[in-house]
Amino acid sequence: MDNLDYLFAAFAVVWIGIFGYILFLSRKQRLLQREIESLEARVSKRGSHEA
Amino acid sequence: MNQTNSLKYNLLLGLSFVLIMASLALVFLYAPTEKEMGEIQRIFYFHVPLGWIAFLAFFVVFVSSILYLRNRDSKWDTLAHSSAEIGVIFTTLVLITGPIWAKPVWGSWWEWEARLTSSLVLWLTYLAYLLVRSYAREESRGARFAAVMGIVGFINVPIVYLSVRLWRTQHPPHLVDTLEGSMLLTLLIGVAAFTFLYVLLAYHRTTLMNQARKVRILRQTLDEREE
Repeated sequence: MDNLDYLFAAFAVVWIGIFGYILFLSRKQRLLQREIESLEARVSKRGSHEA
Repeated sequence: MNQTNSLKYNLLLGLSFVLIMASLALVFLYAPTEKEMGEIQRIFYFHVPLGWIAFLAFFVVFVSSILYLRNRDSKWDTLAHSSAEIGVIFTTLVLITGPIWAKPVWGSWWEWEARLTSSLVLWLTYLAYLLVRSYAREESRGARFAAVMGIVGFINVPIVYLSVRLWRTQHPPHLVDTLEGSMLLTLLIGVAAFTFLYVLLAYHRTTLMNQARKVRILRQTLDEREE
């Protein structure tokens, strides 16, 4: 009674789930970085208008 | 992330990676094959640590929610939110790996018995916690509701843990005391690996949530000034 296919499926589910979450976090970080850059651009644009 | 935080993060990342690799090697190369269930029993070495770390994550939600309601400091709310999210993911993995293990051993994917049913209720409770947060119109109101849910919802954790003792269940009882040395070592390294992974993910998620909050405030300030 080996059931290696079940063992493989469980193992795959765990690591796909964990790597999926890590990818989700990386995507969030990229979006946040882009937003920070656009805010910085707005701030510097505002600064140059005031000067 | 400043330099000290980046160093801490990289250290956590390195330790988690080493422990995960060690855990995988022990599960597949060192731990003996269990006599009755055979190779499928190896699911135990990640199914059980995932369950324990989900309990730890919900305990962190419980403590952070109490601290948030007492001090109204958003850092506790952020920690509770991050921890609940990771706890839900780990519980999801427990609820998927359990039936994959059950099918060849019990002959069915699911039984409506105490351990499985209470685990499903636990998952639904914290899923509701995350939904309350995302649908709340006011951030502070959502945080307050969620904190109450984080405290009340934790009642289910000891129920899930004790369910195999309190009720007659098909799920195996707590086996840790009866494990042979090499099996126990493999389990403990698995628990250590998932604990470090939890800390790493919680740290990453909390940092992202804090940054997102700062960006939101900055955007609002700029919008107001530009109007």
